[in-house]
Amino acid sequence: MNFEKVLSDGTLWEMLFSGFLYTVESTLLALLIAFFLGLITCLFGVSRSKVLRAINKFYLWIIRGTPLIVQAFYIYFAMPQLIQVIGKSMLGSSVPMFAAMGASWATFRIEPFTAGVVTLSLNAGAYLSEIFRSGISAIDKGQMEAARSLGLSKGRAMYRVILPQALKICVPSIVNQFIITLKDTSIVSVIGFAEIVYQAKIYIGRTMDSFATWTIVACFYLLAVTILTIISKQIERRMNNDEKRARKKRV
Amino acid sequence: MKKELEKREYKHKVNVVGLHKYFDDLQVLKGVDLQVEEGEVVCVIGPSGSGKSTFLRCLNLLEVPTKGTVEIDGYVVNDKKANINKIRENIGMVFQQFNLFPNMTVKKNIMFAPVDLKKMTKAQAEEKAMSLLKRVGLEDKADAYPKQLSGGQQQRVAIARALAMNPDIMMFDEPTSALDPEMVGEVLSVMKELAAQGMTMVVVTHETGFARDVADRVIFMADGYIVEQGTPEEIFTNPKEERTKEFLKCVL
Ligand SMILES: Nc1ncnc2c1ncn2[C@@H]1O[C@H](COP(=O)(O)OP(=O)(O)OP(=O)(O)O)[C@@H](O)[C@H]1O
Ligand SMILES: [Mg+2]
Repeated sequence: MNFEKVLSDGTLWEMLFSGFLYTVESTLLALLIAFFLGLITCLFGVSRSKVLRAINKFYLWIIRGTPLIVQAFYIYFAMPQLIQVIGKSMLGSSVPMFAAMGASWATFRIEPFTAGVVTLSLNAGAYLSEIFRSGISAIDKGQMEAARSLGLSKGRAMYRVILPQALKICVPSIVNQFIITLKDTSIVSVIGFAEIVYQAKIYIGRTMDSFATWTIVACFYLLAVTILTIISKQIERRMNNDEKRARKKRV
Repeated sequence: MKKELEKREYKHKVNVVGLHKYFDDLQVLKGVDLQVEEGEVVCVIGPSGSGKSTFLRCLNLLEVPTKGTVEIDGYVVNDKKANINKIRENIGMVFQQFNLFPNMTVKKNIMFAPVDLKKMTKAQAEEKAMSLLKRVGLEDKADAYPKQLSGGQQQRVAIARALAMNPDIMMFDEPTSALDPEMVGEVLSVMKELAAQGMTMVVVTHETGFARDVADRVIFMADGYIVEQGTPEEIFTNPKEERTKEFLKCVL
């Protein structure tokens, strides 16, 4: 347990930094995708169409009902295998287009980074979908009625009147999901996705400096989460101040 | 510019025939017929739960009628092929709870629909908003948020917001019921002025004073039927139906 030696090891820092960069990159990318995925599936969930609502329900059921690690394995190992099998069966097809598709599918592979981002996006998307739904249901239904009675279509009213108010309510929960996804990237390391935990494991495998390395890794996460928390508090405070100012003026 | 509704020939501005409304098993409207003429002010009174709000909301399809037809300006509102959004542009609606958009200033609330629906440019809508605010006596509140206003002021803004679309029918669902008593007058006087300018109005209200002064016709509703209708004089001083007399004893 030699803290000083570990701290001054340039390779460690290089590995951890590159790993953490990966962590942040995949988190940001996954959340960006998850945001839109969550928004779209949430709108499915509140739509009038039974089919769309069923799609939303099924999606949430799958994601909430399985652990993230299984989802990662599924995207990285199971899915490519399925695609390969389908591809191979299409190889002999007499339709040239299918045969060509079969050839590329038969050797289908997915990069760990891509698989990781896809997994995290699908996962966070489901939770964001629920967050958005609760935000939308928190908006008084008189808002929709007012907008509709002015002549706005349902979609337009949703986009211009309901969503801006709902998203504002959702900010703390969205930041919370941000933090969860940031930490969840470590679970996705099992598929060889070279984020910070993966790098730390390799380093420890070489040097056996478990205590120092994990302490530093923990500090990376703590720093990132602390920054996010401060930003989130600031946003909340700003929104509360707006309201307070509004109340004061009335007096 | 989006396509406007073509003008149609019609006998009655509003023509409701055999309107029924169920909420699951609960029958709320049991066959309502009503005609409203251009420029007429119709006040709807009746006990709580009699279906007044439901009736009003069926007129602009906020509730979908179970049976019967609602015709406005010659358009059957509850026809599957009807362009309900276009029809609604001509029907202003004012709610008991105001339902202003809390994230927009007063001026934005009023400008919002005409601009979003491309009825007006921003500049036109702003001009319109300011002139409407002047009309309801709230010019100085243009940049305030709804939360900063009293209930009476909010309701006046809500009226201005509905008027911004240049509707030719205005519907009010108990516009003063959520207000402190001292604020009722300011809202009613805006509505009176609107009536005096010839707006077609359907008003659900508990304000019998307003109904007496302003209404051309008073409708008494109970248990999902129109029990009696007539001039304010006929209804308030000379009611024929037992049910009407009973109700008026309680509110007058
Ligand atoms: N969306 C709904 N779902 C189920 N029942 C409803 C719904 N809206 C209204 N009702 C019921 O329909 C009946 C009539 O309601 P409505 O609001 O039209 O009465 P009202 O005459 O406006 O009463 P009030 O004077 O209290 O506003 C009530 O029994 C009410 O509970
Ligand atoms: Mg009512």
